[in-house]
Amino acid sequence: MTTALAVPPARFTDLPAAEWIKLRSLRSTYWALGSSAPALVAFNANAARADYTNYPHYNEPIHRDFVYWALRDAFTQGAALMLVLAAASIGAIAVVGEYATGLIRTTFTAVPDRRALMTAKVAVVTAVMTVYGAVVAGASYAVTQAILDGRGQGVPIGHPGAWRVVAASALLAPVSALVGMGVGAVVRHSATTMVLTTVVLLLLPSFVTERYHWTACVRNALPLNAWARLVDVGYGTHPFTIARRYPTTVGGSWVVFAVWAGVAAVLAVVVVDRRDV
Amino acid sequence: MIEVEQLTKRYGPTTAVRDLSFTVRPGHVTGFLGPNGAGKTTTLRMLLGLVEPTAGTATIGGHVFRDHPRGLRHVGALLDAHDVHGGRSARAHLHALARGNRIPRRRVEEVLAEVGLTGAAAGRRIGTYSLGMRQRLGIAAALLGDPPVLMFDEPLNGLDPEGVLWVRGLFRRLAHEGRTVFVSSHLMSEMEHTADELVVIGRGELIAAESLTAFAARGTAPTVTVRSPDSGALAAVLAKEGAAVERHGDDTLKVQGAGAVRVGELAHEHRLLLWELTTQSASLETAFMELTADSVEYAAGETR
Repeated sequence: MTTALAVPPARFTDLPAAEWIKLRSLRSTYWALGSSAPALVAFNANAARADYTNYPHYNEPIHRDFVYWALRDAFTQGAALMLVLAAASIGAIAVVGEYATGLIRTTFTAVPDRRALMTAKVAVVTAVMTVYGAVVAGASYAVTQAILDGRGQGVPIGHPGAWRVVAASALLAPVSALVGMGVGAVVRHSATTMVLTTVVLLLLPSFVTERYHWTACVRNALPLNAWARLVDVGYGTHPFTIARRYPTTVGGSWVVFAVWAGVAAVLAVVVVDRRDV
Repeated sequence: MIEVEQLTKRYGPTTAVRDLSFTVRPGHVTGFLGPNGAGKTTTLRMLLGLVEPTAGTATIGGHVFRDHPRGLRHVGALLDAHDVHGGRSARAHLHALARGNRIPRRRVEEVLAEVGLTGAAAGRRIGTYSLGMRQRLGIAAALLGDPPVLMFDEPLNGLDPEGVLWVRGLFRRLAHEGRTVFVSSHLMSEMEHTADELVVIGRGELIAAESLTAFAARGTAPTVTVRSPDSGALAAVLAKEGAAVERHGDDTLKVQGAGAVRVGELAHEHRLLLWELTTQSASLETAFMELTADSVEYAAGETR
C-alpha cells in the first residue's frame, strides 16, 4: 500500500484559506465588487453635489439643520438599496454557484465535514463583504463631506452619530450577503434565490405598514428599516424626521442586524449539512 | 477496501438501490457495471456521503466516509467531470481543493503533469475545456491526495482513443500499487480491457460480483467453427458425441458442446481433413446483455 502523503490532522484554518482561493480565482468576484463600489460612491457623491448646487436656494430652517442633510447625503437610501442588491447577490452566488455548477459534490468529497466547510465559507464572505462595505461607506462619507465642505457644511466624522452612519452602511453589506447565503442554501436554485432575497430584503420593507403594532414590529425587524433607523441621526429630535407611531431604538436596530446575520449564517451551515447533494 | 452492505436508497415511491451488498478489494481494478439508471451513481454518492442511505451501510476502509473531516487523502473520486466551476482555471480549482486538505502546492503541478494538463491549458478557464480535458482534470483532482481508494464514474466519456489507453494504463498502475480502484461504466466493452473484477447491478439490485473471467463464462457457451471438406461425416460424428451442430453452407459447421480440442481429436480419430478450427468465446458484451436484459430501465424498440 502506498501512502506517500501522511494524513495530517484536520485544521480549520485551511478551509477559509481554500474558500478565499475560490473567491479570488473567479473573475466575476472582481467585476461584482469592482464595478459596484465606485458606482455606489458616485451615487452618494451625486446627492451631495445636488445639495451643494442647491444650497444657496435653501431657506433658513434648512440651513440651520443642514448637518442632518449632510449626513443623509453621506449614504443615501438609493445607495443602500443598491448595496443590498449587490451584497445579497454576491452572498447568494457564493452558495448557489456551487450547487448550480455541481461543484458542491467535488467540494464535499474533498471536505466531508460540511459544517466546517460552510462555516469557513460564511466567514470568508462575511469578512470580504465587511471590508467592501467599509470601503464603500468610508469613501462615500469622505467624498460627500468633501463636496459639502465647498459650502463650509461638511460634517466631521467626530460629529455625534456620524460614525453610526458609516458603520451601519458598511455592515449592511455583510448582513445582506449573509441573508443571500442563507436563502441560497435553502433554495439552491439561482433565479429563485435572487427573487426571494430581493423580496425579503428590498420589497418587504416598503410593503409592510406600520399602522398596527404587529406589522410595525415586522417592519422594524427588517434589515433595511433597521439601517434607516441607524443612519437617521436626527431621529426624534429633528423636525424633518417623520414621527413614528411605534418608535424604534438604535440598540434595537443593531440587534436586528445581528439577528438576521446570525440566523442566516446558522441556516446556511445547518441546512447544507443535512441534505443530500 | 470498499464494503457495501444491504444498501438501500428510496426516493419516494422509487427505489434507486435495493438491498445491495458487495466488496471491492484493493489491488484490482473493479468495474461497476449496469445499464443507465441501474443505481451506479447513487451507490457511489452514498459511498461518498453525498447521499444518505435509506438503509444499510457503505464504508471505505472500514469508515463511513463522512466521518473523515477531510477526504482527499482517503478517497479520490471523479463523479462527474462537470462538477467544477467553469470560471476558474484548472490550476486554481486544484489549488483550492489542495489547500483545504493541507496538501502542498507542488502536488497540484504534479497531478496536472500526470494527466497531461500542462502549460497554458492549466491556466485556462475550465469553461473553455472539452469533455476529455474535464475528465483529465477530474482525474487530477482524484489523484491529488494520493489516496488508497479511487472511484471514477464513467471516466472514459469524452476521451479520445489515446486518452482511453492512458486511463486504462493509469488504472492498472494504481491497482498495481495496491490501491482500490472502482470504475463505473454502462458499457461492457469499456470494462473488458480495464477491469479484472466486476460488480454488475441492474435496477438497483446486485446481478453479479465476480472476476471478469467468471462473468464471461456465464454467457452463452463458446462456439467452435469448423471447416472441412468432409463436413457431413464430421457433423455425424459430433452429433454422436452429443454436441449441437449447425450447418452453414457446404463445408462449415458451428459446434456447441464440444471444445476445439475435442473436435480436433474426433477428426483425427476418424481421419477427417480439417481446413479451419476456431473458437469464438462468448463475448462479455453478450453475457452482460443477457444478464441485464430483465433490468434495463429504458429499452428501445419495446412496446409497453
